[in-house]
Amino acid sequence: MNLPVIIKFVIDLLAVLLLALGIKGLSKVKSARDANRLAAFAMSLSVVGLLSYYLGTSGIAIQSWIWIIIGSIIGSLLGAILAKKVPMTSMPETVALFNGCGGMSSLLVALGVAIFPISGGQENFDFFKSLINEVSISVSIFVGAITFTGSIVAMAKLQGWLSTPGWTQSKVRHFVNIVFAVASLIAFFDLINGNTSSIWLLVIVSSLLGIGVTLPIGGADMPVVISLLNSYSGIAAASAGFVVDSQLLIVAGAMVGAAGLILTQVMCKGMNRSLVSVLFGGSLSAQSTASSGSGEYTNITSCSVEECALTLEAANKVIIVPGYGLAVAQAQHTLREVTKKLEQNGIEVVYAIHPVAGRMPGHMNVLLAEADVPYEQLKEMDVVNPDFPATDVVLVLGANDVVNPQAKNDSSSPLYGMPVLDVQEARTVFVIKRGMSAGYSGIKNDLFDLPNTSMVFGDAKKVLNDLIGELKDLGVGEK
Amino acid sequence: MSFISLLWVLLLGSLLGLELIGKVPPTLHTPLMSGANAISGITMLAALTLIVKAEGNVPLLIIGSVSLGFALFNVVGGFFVTDRMLAMFSRKPSNKK
Repeated sequence: MNLPVIIKFVIDLLAVLLLALGIKGLSKVKSARDANRLAAFAMSLSVVGLLSYYLGTSGIAIQSWIWIIIGSIIGSLLGAILAKKVPMTSMPETVALFNGCGGMSSLLVALGVAIFPISGGQENFDFFKSLINEVSISVSIFVGAITFTGSIVAMAKLQGWLSTPGWTQSKVRHFVNIVFAVASLIAFFDLINGNTSSIWLLVIVSSLLGIGVTLPIGGADMPVVISLLNSYSGIAAASAGFVVDSQLLIVAGAMVGAAGLILTQVMCKGMNRSLVSVLFGGSLSAQSTASSGSGEYTNITSCSVEECALTLEAANKVIIVPGYGLAVAQAQHTLREVTKKLEQNGIEVVYAIHPVAGRMPGHMNVLLAEADVPYEQLKEMDVVNPDFPATDVVLVLGANDVVNPQAKNDSSSPLYGMPVLDVQEARTVFVIKRGMSAGYSGIKNDLFDLPNTSMVFGDAKKVLNDLIGELKDLGVGEK
Repeated sequence: MSFISLLWVLLLGSLLGLELIGKVPPTLHTPLMSGANAISGITMLAALTLIVKAEGNVPLLIIGSVSLGFALFNVVGGFFVTDRMLAMFSRKPSNKK
């Protein structure tokens, strides 16, 4: 072993260690931020290791440097700008977009190696000579393409650019997807048989498969899908590692792949959905058509902001249930002002966070943290549920499915069994909502029909602003 | 590196990943996903390798460069966005009280 090899070996080992520590640290609140930086450092270290290795051995041509610099600058700059500018409310789709690009990168590497077999000479870089190379190239392309198109579809759906087309809810979609899958398999074997041009078939059908699988999935399940696709991009990276013969890539890719799978599992549990039903069950609303005979609301009470303010003023304990509607309305700061007033009046305020509130687990925590809500006031579902009977007022802000009592009471409901917040146990429930539309699941919410529930219709931000005005008039929060 | 030892690397890496994430508070699901996602941009190393090994083959250089761009978009954006999210958590316990 000569020096460059040893140096690269040491750096790679160190990078893997730091990456592992990074992932580990990211799962604890205290260490998370440092862990993220550690992982970023490990990534830069690995680049330094790789470049120094090539400088020390074969050297790097000027032409290569130019292309490296062009690619790096454009990619990093766009990534940094997007990361700085994107609003906190659209985090899920941003993660999906980044993820898709990771998949695309693996795909391109494999494609490049496949189309232009380099007469390597050095090391065992005989591209496309062995079966292993062909298999790993195919896997990179297959998984990379699925990751890319799947993530882009997920992003477009979360942004509202794409809706769920009706035909994707019928059984036809399984047939279509099976055709795509079989076609990829055929392309794969054709490729191994030495027919290089079938690589394009593989690219096309696996891209279509990514679209076909993601498109039928409803908005409520998107977080799970993004997490799963994240795991895929790890797998794509690992197989790209086989293509270019890099252990570091294999380890890091495998780590992300496995960790992503576990995270996906954790999320599924939080929503009481199995991965299989998320992937192949279509969107929840489609399943519910059979049981939605009771789809009409019969006993809706709507009330004014003024009444809401009066009730709040008289309360001792208030629980806020935030949901995606709050995120859409960007009302987290306004909400914080309302709760500040209540607190100044000696009213106890707590935020009940459902594990999947918003469109991604942890979404609400991020949002409320942005509005300076004290960490101690955020209560997780299991902690807060016993408190509801002793609560005077619950404010439901743009949340829907996570407070649907059907999940507890109605065994025919598709939501049945999903853990929910027992808001109906509280004395009074105010639901602030733009209209009577259903949540992501598309299922009627029995909560709205209950006698102790009042609807306050309007955009969350506007209602909360009005509420601040009313509370002011009542003298709440002024010493 | 023989294929078999690469398979070992794959196996051990996967086991490591499975072990690393035990119990994650829901608060951290989004940042963890986003951080792990940034790490999956490690394919930038593969893209770099491709460019270095291209030996003046311009189409290959371009593919490698585009691939590198995509990967770095993922890596840089992913880490920044994760940091932005986490900054909000770390700020507040010290801020209040």
